Amino acid sequence: MKVWRYGDNVNTDQLFPGKHTYTCSTSEEILPHLLEDLDPSFASSVKPGDVIVAGKNFGCGSSREQPALGLKAAGLAGIVAESFARIFYRAAINQGLVLVELPEAVAAWRESDEITIEPAAGVIHVGDRSFQVPPLPEMLLSIRDAGGLLPAVRARLEIERRTENHD
Amino acid sequence: MGLTFAQKVLARSAGLSSVEIGQIVTVHPRHLLTHDNTAAIIGKIGEELEQYGIADPDQPVIVLDHISPARDTASAEAHRRVREFIARFDLRHFFDIGEGICHQVMLERGLAPPGEIVVGSDSHTCTYGAVGAFATGIDRTEAAALLLTGETWLKVPPTIKVLLSGSLPAWVTAKDLVLKLIGLIGADGASYQAVEYHGDIDKLGIDERITISNMGVEMGAKIAVFPVDDLTLDFLKKTGCSRTESQLIWADSDATYERVVDFGLDEVEPVVALPGAVDDVVCAGRVSGTKVDQVLIGTCTNGRLSDLQAAADILKGRHIADTVRLLVLPSSRGVFEAAIADGTISDLSIAGAVILPPGCGPCLGAHMGVLAPGEVCLSTANRNFKGRMGTPEAQIYLGSPLTAATTALTGVITDPREVVEPAAMDRLRSGGER
Repeated sequence: MKVWRYGDNVNTDQLFPGKHTYTCSTSEEILPHLLEDLDPSFASSVKPGDVIVAGKNFGCGSSREQPALGLKAAGLAGIVAESFARIFYRAAINQGLVLVELPEAVAAWRESDEITIEPAAGVIHVGDRSFQVPPLPEMLLSIRDAGGLLPAVRARLEIERRTENHD
Repeated sequence: MGLTFAQKVLARSAGLSSVEIGQIVTVHPRHLLTHDNTAAIIGKIGEELEQYGIADPDQPVIVLDHISPARDTASAEAHRRVREFIARFDLRHFFDIGEGICHQVMLERGLAPPGEIVVGSDSHTCTYGAVGAFATGIDRTEAAALLLTGETWLKVPPTIKVLLSGSLPAWVTAKDLVLKLIGLIGADGASYQAVEYHGDIDKLGIDERITISNMGVEMGAKIAVFPVDDLTLDFLKKTGCSRTESQLIWADSDATYERVVDFGLDEVEPVVALPGAVDDVVCAGRVSGTKVDQVLIGTCTNGRLSDLQAAADILKGRHIADTVRLLVLPSSRGVFEAAIADGTISDLSIAGAVILPPGCGPCLGAHMGVLAPGEVCLSTANRNFKGRMGTPEAQIYLGSPLTAATTALTGVITDPREVVEPAAMDRLRSGGER
């Protein structure tokens, strides 16, 4: 796995340029442009299991969800940051993408350290150090663990439909 | 113990007697705004829409504005899919190309009622805090879920109280105020938090409050809200937004705040945000003389009548520098027509401006007026991120309509106090919704 290290205030225009926002919606369309204006090498070399480590306010700016959708589709194991911008945070939960908001873990990372995230156990391993990840609220956890918001909503609507049919 | 605006609105909307900071509540927003991204949103849930329909057909508001009119076949097809969706589900709050930028349309059509929750798949949905709405941005997937369920979750945010005092000096606008405030608080300084404006707000017109709330997200805020006063009530009346109980919701005087920021209006000067970061703010004078290729006046931040009038007052009877292009982007058809009626548009056009149809295009590099590599733009928009206007090799400064107009006049970044005429300032101070 590779760790991609970025700084503070990485914004959505860097993660996915606005000029593509209304022509690229599916993961296949998004992937070639991921992080285009931040790190042109990212899209062609990101591998499943990779991790992004960043500073504060990751994902600030627009409400566009393509960064979260694309990073999930690329198989990213998660993003570890000092903090996330709120719409990006929601978008990531809604795609089932793992976020770890933990400044200690960011500070602990050294070049060549591997990172492993265990979302269910709430643990992140950075090199030979391990950190507890603050647990997500139950409602957000249920969305992430369903694989994202739409799978969760589909399941809910289906249950409601069946219940109505039984009444 | 007193409660904040956010606590009161979220408790009321969730049907609870009270809520704690950090609590997650389920709410049914009054409206859900989507724009050109409606095509992608409904594309996620085509089958479910057929099976379950729309949970609350009065909830969605759809405005085509981001690539307006269509740029190419792909955007034309996306617009067509949206129009077919509107017809299929017989939705009543639809505004086709040319009606304006979604946020201005929401306000002008009375679709952002004070004290009520409005969410939108656009980060600048926070704009409607100007008239007392609890308005915040969400992503496309959440908008899709809302179409199907009518509901979403919100975390009760802690609140920053910004206490405004004094009044803005001549030559200084609400844009300078909010840029300076963002510079002070930082691009993430209000992250996950609500911002309430208190103090001498009666000195700010509705247009100015809209500019300030619009930029709330640039300091990370979930909402950026003003109390409802007589000015707001006059504005709401004109927009057909009927008076409701929820309009009276405001923070208690003994509410608990995360932080109180005292902000003096008298000390604000014309400022610009330097390329790359909205919170990298300096006095306009510090970069005066910087050569500019393009000036953009308009957008959801500064495209209202008082903004265009301010620019026209400087440019009337003069001509922009021959080394610069000036684009003017009115924020709605209503603004555009008013600016035609009072001569503002002809003043700007005669001065050399290119008038664009109301919409978003150049602000996000999506359509018209994009920059070439190496070019410099001074824009009245809300973002100057690398790549924002089409190429990562261009530079974008943010400033007020006055700074933009004086910069267009000289071709280099210019503090408006260097060229503005007193008469123009007098008209600005008494104009707009003030």
